[in-house]
Amino acid sequence: MAKNQMHEELRERIEQGGAEKYHQKNADKGKMFVRERLRMLFDEDLDIEDAFFANCMDGSLPADGVVTGIGIVNGQTVCVMANDSTVKAGSWGKRTVEKIIRIQETAMKLEVPMLYLVDSAGARITDQIEMFPNRRGAGRIFYNQVKMSGRVPQICLLFGPSAAGGAYIPAFCDIVVMVDGNASMYLGSPRMAEKVIGEKVTLEEMGGARMHCSVSGVGDVLVSSEQEAIEYAQKYLTYFPENFRSKPPVLDAIQPEAFEKSISDLIPENQNAPFDMLELIKRLIDKDSFCEIKREFAKEIITGLARINGQAVGIIANQPRMKGGVLFHDSADKAAKFIQLCDAFNIPLVFLADIPGFMIGTKVERAGIIRHGAKMISAMSEASVPKISVVVRKAYGAGLYAMAGPAFEPDVTIAFPTAQIAVMGPEAAVNAVYANKIAELPEEERPAFIKEKHEEYKENIDIYRLASEMVIDDIVQPDDLRDHLNKRLEAYQSKNLTFTERKHGVYPV
Amino acid sequence: MKEVVANMAGNVWKVVVNEGDQVDSGQDVVILESMKMEIPIAAEAAGSVKELKVNEGDFVNEGDVIAIIE
Repeated sequence: MAKNQMHEELRERIEQGGAEKYHQKNADKGKMFVRERLRMLFDEDLDIEDAFFANCMDGSLPADGVVTGIGIVNGQTVCVMANDSTVKAGSWGKRTVEKIIRIQETAMKLEVPMLYLVDSAGARITDQIEMFPNRRGAGRIFYNQVKMSGRVPQICLLFGPSAAGGAYIPAFCDIVVMVDGNASMYLGSPRMAEKVIGEKVTLEEMGGARMHCSVSGVGDVLVSSEQEAIEYAQKYLTYFPENFRSKPPVLDAIQPEAFEKSISDLIPENQNAPFDMLELIKRLIDKDSFCEIKREFAKEIITGLARINGQAVGIIANQPRMKGGVLFHDSADKAAKFIQLCDAFNIPLVFLADIPGFMIGTKVERAGIIRHGAKMISAMSEASVPKISVVVRKAYGAGLYAMAGPAFEPDVTIAFPTAQIAVMGPEAAVNAVYANKIAELPEEERPAFIKEKHEEYKENIDIYRLASEMVIDDIVQPDDLRDHLNKRLEAYQSKNLTFTERKHGVYPV
Repeated sequence: MKEVVANMAGNVWKVVVNEGDQVDSGQDVVILESMKMEIPIAAEAAGSVKELKVNEGDFVNEGDVIAIIE
């Protein structure tokens, strides 16, 4: 009886986490207790918890600061680790690390998604010999993540700091959701930065959620509350199978949102004028099915998961409203990771091209635009899922290649009747070919000459001519695109391709 | 005070506001011409246009300040 009572008391104490003052401190910042987060995440609650009694002989470290176990999200079994920041700021001791490693091993054995709910100050320096350098030290967590990548979905919800080595947990996940104001990632704290390199900077500026989701691109989704982060993860998971062996679940088909303007109304006649590609996407996909990734980062390309007639797809679309839809180093990098994500989990890809090309100039050359562009083209080439390329308005230069042009084995290349495919646009081409001739002409004759050459050039790259040469496979009216995509996606379902046999490519990262 | 900054290199094609004008967040301030495309550059905050730093035809590099909104 005494033993039973002791057991119940201990259980209760562990369940409560750290001291009351830390709970209060978290609540003041809009942070939920780790067990509340888990209750909100799962359909019911965490079903199975492992090593609940970890470090229970030390009364001050309930569960050793991390909850690990198995639960159900949208009917799907997932494994989870969740830091408890009321216990020594969620820092990692020997048992914390071992618990994380074990739940990763479980996720690998069961081949189910792994969720990381991160809110941790990093290593417990006092425990470093036990948790840092060993075979089963913290390094093993990252090693496991790399091994799991592409086998099972790995999702990181960042509720608080993710410091130093700990910052690599998000880095190795497929997706990182960050809560604005609370979440942060950094290798060295502002205090350390000031001491070691003499830089004075705030945490928010250096490693805050907004910075990472809009500037560095290490974060993928910026949310304003923990609840929003959890809801995002729940929605995100609906697009994914449990592992790379299966196909994504098919949901009930839903009609697209109704709008006054149709797709053809959206597209300006002037090739060079901006329009909002997001509006076009909304008209193609099932209502409310868009789950955008990296919305705040490299906005000249849109990447997101969606559904067409219930079937999950990954959309990669140039955004002419932002930087003219030109591809930059960051946008190529963003697209490369998204393509790999979809390909790993059997999600078909739809490319919507409206691209004047890759950016040129000193700034981007110094930023390595060539290797970043090559990275996107590698990922796109290797993708063996159904791959549909749609030329919405234009695909010029290497932009055509990056957006799954005909040479890259898309299952089909479709174009709208007004689309243009060329090495470069008419203005640039006429200038390149006739610059000397134009300079020789009397000024009053130049406009007429240029116009004539423009027209000639446009005829030369006319989309019906390209269809006649079978460069493109079909010309589709904008307002028929959804139906057309739906039929194609259904037809390509059984595609089962191995890109090539080898150990792995040497990637232009 | 908030700066409106060029998000890519290009030429200033049109300046669509005047100094002293009230602008909303998201409203275009200038339109650049780059890569043969029209590139609208919008204000990120509402306010009045305190200063325009560019003229039509000027070259701007990524990161250059175009206008100051107060």
